Amino acid sequence: MITEIRYNRPMTVELSGLRKTFGAVTAVDGIDLRIGDGEFFSMLGPSGSGKTTVLRLIAGFELPTAGTVALDGRDVTRLAPFERDVNTVFQDYALFPHLSVQENVEYGLKVRKVAKRERRDRAREALAKVRLEGFGARKPSAMSGGQRQRVALARALVNRPKVLLLDEPLGALDRKLREQMQVELKAIQRDAGITFVFVTHDQDEALTMSDRVAVFDAGRIVQVGTPEAVYERPVSAFVAGFVGSSNVFTGETAKTLFKKTGTFSVRPEKIAFTDEAAAAPGTVAEVIYAGPVTRYVVDLDAGARVVVVEQNSRTPRALAGLRGQRVRLGWHEEHVIPLPSGKDSAHAS
Amino acid sequence: MDAGVDGDQGVSMHRHPRWQLAGLLAAPVLWLVVAYLGALGVLMVSAFWTVNGFTGGIVREFSLANFRTILGEEVYRTVTLRSVGVAAAVTVICAVVAVPMAFYMAKVASARSRHWLVIAVLTPLWASYLVKAYAWRVLLGNGGPIDSLFGGPGRGPGYGLTATVIVLAYLWLPYMILPIYAGLDRLPDSLLEASADLGARAGHTLRRIVLPLLVPSVAAGSIFTFSLSLGDYITVQIVGGKTQLIGNLVYANIGAAGNLPFAAALATIPVLIMVIYLIAVRRSGALEEL
Repeated sequence: MITEIRYNRPMTVELSGLRKTFGAVTAVDGIDLRIGDGEFFSMLGPSGSGKTTVLRLIAGFELPTAGTVALDGRDVTRLAPFERDVNTVFQDYALFPHLSVQENVEYGLKVRKVAKRERRDRAREALAKVRLEGFGARKPSAMSGGQRQRVALARALVNRPKVLLLDEPLGALDRKLREQMQVELKAIQRDAGITFVFVTHDQDEALTMSDRVAVFDAGRIVQVGTPEAVYERPVSAFVAGFVGSSNVFTGETAKTLFKKTGTFSVRPEKIAFTDEAAAAPGTVAEVIYAGPVTRYVVDLDAGARVVVVEQNSRTPRALAGLRGQRVRLGWHEEHVIPLPSGKDSAHAS
Repeated sequence: MDAGVDGDQGVSMHRHPRWQLAGLLAAPVLWLVVAYLGALGVLMVSAFWTVNGFTGGIVREFSLANFRTILGEEVYRTVTLRSVGVAAAVTVICAVVAVPMAFYMAKVASARSRHWLVIAVLTPLWASYLVKAYAWRVLLGNGGPIDSLFGGPGRGPGYGLTATVIVLAYLWLPYMILPIYAGLDRLPDSLLEASADLGARAGHTLRRIVLPLLVPSVAAGSIFTFSLSLGDYITVQIVGGKTQLIGNLVYANIGAAGNLPFAAALATIPVLIMVIYLIAVRRSGALEEL
């Protein structure tokens, strides 16, 4: 398994027993995590789940209430940000408005007293890497959101840190630009061989770019694994619902459909319309055409409302008049994922 | 029906944006032209008048006599330089004290204590200027608390130029703290974090990031402290001993000498200095980000 191979490589970031409270609020509630050298690691979760706080604890902007942070085998828990070999790309980019793009990128090198010539060359190289050659003389205010984002990236990368921390760096960009930057970020990371720790609440982003994903909920990590593992084999209803959408079945409905007791999850794209007699009957309640796919909301006779996603790879079926029709739904046994039942299933979405 | 009429009026206002604009600006323009520029205009004009030496009556004829006197006599140059020196010293002291105070208020203090600190900075502005100046007279008096701080009667600065600078700096400090506080409040914390993240210690961040970004705020505050100090004549009477500033000369010419035209001519000096100061601040680009 890929995760196991990763564990055999040297660990760049090691968090153990990490806790952080702000007054009465527990933001991070006991986190153990090991991130490998050169890994693209995403921390995914809803807002307030503690992922950004973990990032800030790694950067040194916050000190943990308990637990330790180690970088490259060295305990840095009590060190200031400027004593840690990490750099951060901030959500708001945090470019210095009074400095030119070139000066912004050179800032870290200047602080570390790198000679002027080398400083200029390395800054130019970093700007070229993010495809901003020739923009050095501009002020950040004269650049677009996507360009500022890349300046922030160059300003961090130019220092060749062990670990690059990215706090929802693509959040402020429009969809098209975001998808383009996802590809670029991944390429830059592979190129530079730097460990990326990437915070996002966007599951698409996490799945597309990451080697591994940690799913956060209420200050804890609920699952760590490859995107494929987290998506295909979610360990709880929360993960199933947050990473992609999911149909969660419990109680009597589950018993009728799967002849088993417990809580189960089936992904919308793993359910198909079928003519088999053994399939589950239901009534189409809603049809939503969404370009590449069409979503159907079906009320099963067994007592659950499920979402079915169908690729529009051929001409879509005539949608008009489909609402209210009787249909039968089928799925493969292997796509029915058992989830721990009980309190956790209350999260189902 | 009424509502309909109102609606029609609204529509006609929309159709005649000039009327809308006129309605909006009539009062402020009237104020600006009559009360503000009017008074300034009278001052400028009367500066070129003279007083008849025998009758004491004002001669309403154009003359450069007042300005010739001011430029010609040593004492006016000395007093002008002294006034500018006091205003500059007060501004520097205010800036040096205000930056760390405002930084603590905006970036270090908790949200709740920040609230109280702003009130604490503003409170002295509620007290009478005169009372505060006289309080300092007591503090600075021979054998007063400041003297004992320096080790006995007569050891402290006493009344004089130093005392004037100290008291003016105390009086105008809030006008420097507030714009700097506002400037720091607008400064995102992430900029400070980014600087630390890129390897800079606090001192480096302060010099390379915070102070350059605070220049417009300090400039705004300095316009207050500088012009208020330049125009002051009360504080210097209370704690200045025999020290004279431009304001004293203006006051003496209006009161004792009854030479209003000469007082007006003297009063153009601080106006001129402020115009030069504002142009210099503008040239430096400090106001562009205000």
